[in-house]
Amino acid sequence: MEFFKYTKTFNFMGKSKAAMVLSVILVLASYALLATKGLNYGVDFAGGTIVQVKYDTTAPIDAMREKLKGNALFNGASITEFGSPDEVVIRMKSTTSNVTVDIGDVTREALNGSGNFEIRRVDIVGPKVGSELKEKGIMSLLLAVIGILIYVAFRFEWRFAVASIFALVHDVSIALGAITLVGLDVNLDVLAALLTILGYSLNDTIIVFDRIREGVTDSRNSTLFDTINESVTRTLARTTLTSLTTFFVVFTLFMFGGEIIHAFAFTLLVGVVVGTYSSIFVASPILLWFGFDVKGYHEKLAAKAKREAEKQRMRDQYESGVM
Amino acid sequence: MKLNYRIVIFALAIIFGLVFSAPSLLKLDDGKKVTLGLDLQGGLHMLLGVKTEEAVKSRIKSIAASVKHYSEREEILIDELTFDESSVSFIVLDSDELPKVESFLKEVEGSLVTISGEQISMTLTPEEVVKTEKEAISQAIETIRNRLDQFGLTEPVVARQGEEKILVQLAGIKTQEEEQRARELISRAAKLELMAVDEDRDARVYNMSESDAAEYGDVILEDAKNPAIKYLVHEIPILDGGMLTDAAMGFDQNNRPLINFSLNAEGAEIFGDFTGRSVGKRLAVVLDGKVYSAPNINERIGGGSGQISGSYTVMEAKDLAIALRSGSLLAPIYLMEKRSVGPSLGADSIKASLVALIGGFVLVIIFMVVYYRAAGVIANIALVANLFIILAVMSLFGATLTLPGMAGIVLTVGMAVDANVIISERIRELIYEGKSMHKAIEDGYANAMRAILDANITTLIAAVVLYAYGTGAIKGFAITISIGILASMLTAILGTHGIYEMLEQKITKSKNNRFWFGIKG
Repeated sequence: MEFFKYTKTFNFMGKSKAAMVLSVILVLASYALLATKGLNYGVDFAGGTIVQVKYDTTAPIDAMREKLKGNALFNGASITEFGSPDEVVIRMKSTTSNVTVDIGDVTREALNGSGNFEIRRVDIVGPKVGSELKEKGIMSLLLAVIGILIYVAFRFEWRFAVASIFALVHDVSIALGAITLVGLDVNLDVLAALLTILGYSLNDTIIVFDRIREGVTDSRNSTLFDTINESVTRTLARTTLTSLTTFFVVFTLFMFGGEIIHAFAFTLLVGVVVGTYSSIFVASPILLWFGFDVKGYHEKLAAKAKREAEKQRMRDQYESGVM
Repeated sequence: MKLNYRIVIFALAIIFGLVFSAPSLLKLDDGKKVTLGLDLQGGLHMLLGVKTEEAVKSRIKSIAASVKHYSEREEILIDELTFDESSVSFIVLDSDELPKVESFLKEVEGSLVTISGEQISMTLTPEEVVKTEKEAISQAIETIRNRLDQFGLTEPVVARQGEEKILVQLAGIKTQEEEQRARELISRAAKLELMAVDEDRDARVYNMSESDAAEYGDVILEDAKNPAIKYLVHEIPILDGGMLTDAAMGFDQNNRPLINFSLNAEGAEIFGDFTGRSVGKRLAVVLDGKVYSAPNINERIGGGSGQISGSYTVMEAKDLAIALRSGSLLAPIYLMEKRSVGPSLGADSIKASLVALIGGFVLVIIFMVVYYRAAGVIANIALVANLFIILAVMSLFGATLTLPGMAGIVLTVGMAVDANVIISERIRELIYEGKSMHKAIEDGYANAMRAILDANITTLIAAVVLYAYGTGAIKGFAITISIGILASMLTAILGTHGIYEMLEQKITKSKNNRFWFGIKG
């Protein structure tokens, strides 16, 4: 089966302006969301307490609220459904630092008489640990970006690196925007998903860049515009197919993986789609706008080839005993 | 069909994968298995902090106790012996004795002694404070580890995390009661103090406030069984649990559980001296700030052993004996982070992630075969091998499989075929350009190599950063995805290339591109 044939080159760069407008709108909308609604930090980063309770029938949320009212520990607690109507999560800003007093036990006692239930999970993250995790999280995102930047600059050229960073920032921004829009709790798993998006989106970008580099080396006469179009067209099958297989697995994870990794899977799902789009419509046009110097590159290559040839000639002469 | 080095390596890798993943997959008794994370098997994860300032305070307190004991033994008259968070001070009534007291104090490690007139005060040097705080953390780790080792769970983890945090991981905690017991055992100070009841003023204890008591150098303590009963005792203990050598559960004449303890030689001497001097007075046995008993001293008690009686259950007495035997915590601990997962939730998570893994896997496999035909089948062989290798490597290194780790494996399924997609697309291109099958395959691999390497390395960079900065379950994601990427280089690149090489004659002869690479020839 073939979805794409290389009979004609698509004019992707011709559409890059429209794509840019779309990207800018999406990124700005994401920032607007982040600024107004704000990220919904979960317990991992904000600190707090989570108690997950599963009933053997539909959870009586109203009755639960009533029962929890009696205890000051549950002041400001929110109760929300978690995955199924039987299961709920109680979220609190407060934390207990006493090792022997367990919020799980307290909850069990408070909810006594509200039905048959089981406390399945208790997460308590103290404020200190929360802020440390946040610090570490931001640090890890930065480090990953810097590490990738260095690698790409080393393997390609600084313009490629900068263009791919633009694409990365684009992807992560939109993913964050989507998370804010849906109102997901941002926990460590979402951070892991964001880091994966960094790696994944770059993966796509690099495949395209690799082709562009190859195209630039091979085709002496065509413009960068045409080379990029040709390279993107030629990698289109691969880009789409890999995205498709990754999308398959992330989608099954999203559908069947369970409530606990829902946020993780959702973030990845957005990342896979946006990452694919950005490697075609964001990274490549930026490379074009930076005006990658094809002529200069060729000259550099030629000079390098000449040096190599010269060396080889010397070596040959030396070996044949001329010198 | 011909053998080549690639196919041999690939075959070895598959054998490695099968052999070392077998113990985990088939749940064999021998062999190294993958450890399931707490989020999958259920368990308790805690990050504990140590109130180190309390360790310094209790160090000061014990120095005060030794000053008191020294002065009594040497018959030096001292007065106004007091202490606070950081210093001990007292007055030596006979100034001729000052040098003797001073030299005694100077022997205390890290002490700073200042004398003004008859007033002596002593603090700890800043270095000594830091040292004491550090020791409190190490001692807490050691103590908690000792206690949990005797608690009867398999492989409890107690480790230092960062400078001052203690990580405790208890897998396989099944019930709420068990968790409660474990938490109490961990956090119990188990501080045993033998204190003298202030017989001169004890009668007035119910009319006294804390500050009244402090004026006499006393504290008010409650009875362990009945908090309404109060005792007035000298704040500076006769001796503390540091001099304990053993503690074990026993029974009294009414068959009620109690705890027998014995003291070391120094403790026995102090205990003997004190009881000899205090016949007719009461001795309070104080555990964690509560009076368990206050028997009358009838005679000098040598031998250095005693009992703590209270109304506990056998289980409580056993845990208490463990705690006393493992030593007391120099400083109280507090909870910084706790994650507990019930076994049923863990089982649900395993089920859900397996469904996702199988679902994703089947989708990818079908897609590859439909799209690439034989090339898809070959890619799928590599994919299956990859899964076995991930599991084998994790088993071999005893790595922990967490829920995010499972997600990492699922993701690997989607991403590992990427290499084969790139290679197959390259080969298709070359076939279109009219290259021979042999040339198309060889050049296809050569052309695709650089892109695959670059792409995988960037994903690895992100995974390594995640491993370095991630905590707990998230580390599991970084592990599986890293192993998956590395294994895919072996299976998807080397392995499939080997298969093509082996089948090369067939492929070149058949000329049926449609069958081999899914394109119209």
